[in-house]
Amino acid sequence: MTATIEAPRTPARPARKGGANLEKWGWIYMRASGVLLLVLIFGHLFTNLMLGDGIHAIDFGFVGGKWADPFWQWWDVLMLWLALIHGANGMRTLVNDYTNPGTVQKLLKGALFAAAAVLIVLGTLVVFTFDPCPAGAPADLLPSFCAAL
Amino acid sequence: MSTATLEAQQPGASASDAIQSFTVTFLIRRFDPDVDTEPRWQDFDVEMYATDRVLDALHKIKWEQDGSLTFRRSCAHGICGSDAMRINGRNRLACKTLIKDLDISKPIYVEAIKGLPLEKDLIVDMEPFFASYREVQPFLVATSTPEAGKERVQSVAQRAIFDDTTKCILCAACTSSCPVFWTDGQYFGPAAIVNAHRFIFDSRDDNAQTRLDILNDKEGVWRCRTTFNCTEACPRGIEVTKAIAEVKQAVMRGKP
Repeated sequence: MTATIEAPRTPARPARKGGANLEKWGWIYMRASGVLLLVLIFGHLFTNLMLGDGIHAIDFGFVGGKWADPFWQWWDVLMLWLALIHGANGMRTLVNDYTNPGTVQKLLKGALFAAAAVLIVLGTLVVFTFDPCPAGAPADLLPSFCAAL
Repeated sequence: MSTATLEAQQPGASASDAIQSFTVTFLIRRFDPDVDTEPRWQDFDVEMYATDRVLDALHKIKWEQDGSLTFRRSCAHGICGSDAMRINGRNRLACKTLIKDLDISKPIYVEAIKGLPLEKDLIVDMEPFFASYREVQPFLVATSTPEAGKERVQSVAQRAIFDDTTKCILCAACTSSCPVFWTDGQYFGPAAIVNAHRFIFDSRDDNAQTRLDILNDKEGVWRCRTTFNCTEACPRGIEVTKAIAEVKQAVMRGKP
């Protein structure tokens, strides 16, 4: 017969219940997205500022041209999502470091979440629906190259 | 830097063979809970030799100038871990900090370690620190039965994995230098993780999984911001941040 001896002390905090650990995945996300962002951001800077005419080529038409290509659409959207979540999560850890649990902390985290969500939704919408020459717009508001279409 | 200060003063000394002594000013952060509402800084001038330690200065103050000065010390030789304090803004053991290693042209600031409740002068309540320590089950849990009359065998290589973290003396210099611990006392802190590391990577121990689960908590290893304050503060030279990183890796692998 075996006797079970009870734990001598109750733990100071309840043991974590199962399920996904957001802190762990947040930590892994920061490392993974950081490496990806290095490639994405420097690739972005290189193609925009150094290739071809470099910085002098950047104008409305240049951006419009890039966003007509699904490759650059996905590149930019990926950059947008990864960077905003990476930044917002980093700010969240700063809020954790500098405020005590309570209303202020909840407010700050809510504001961070809202800002990141709005920017991600708007940015994604713009990248995928961008049309440099919307039909029916007054001609004086359109860039010159639209006349050639 | 500090040695230069001492040498610069030597030519002015008398030609006698007497060992040079210096008047060193100590600014000590005092707090008497019966009288003070806020801690206050008080200065003491002490005659010291270059080979004296900060602990000797505290003794001289307590024995010769102000008997009410309160601090902890036990062995006074860097092993018991009682006299961790903040000296010139860095967490160190008073018994291991030599006067010759400090810049005595300026006052030497001595205060209690931060992040734990201040009780009196240089004494803090260590209970939250030890509560975290107990939480990680810092003892051998072995379910296997060794061969009759034999010990559990461990190779030199297996021992070397956790050798660094066996050196901890629980002085709290690391945990109380951690900025995450300062604002969030719920965080386990470097010392508890170091002592979990010591058993997680011990080949004779069978309870690594439980400890990894405990440290995979919201207030566990993921709160570590790799500031390296703990590694710099450790009077035993333990690579604390590296140990925490190894525990993070083990949590991700799901095994030591």
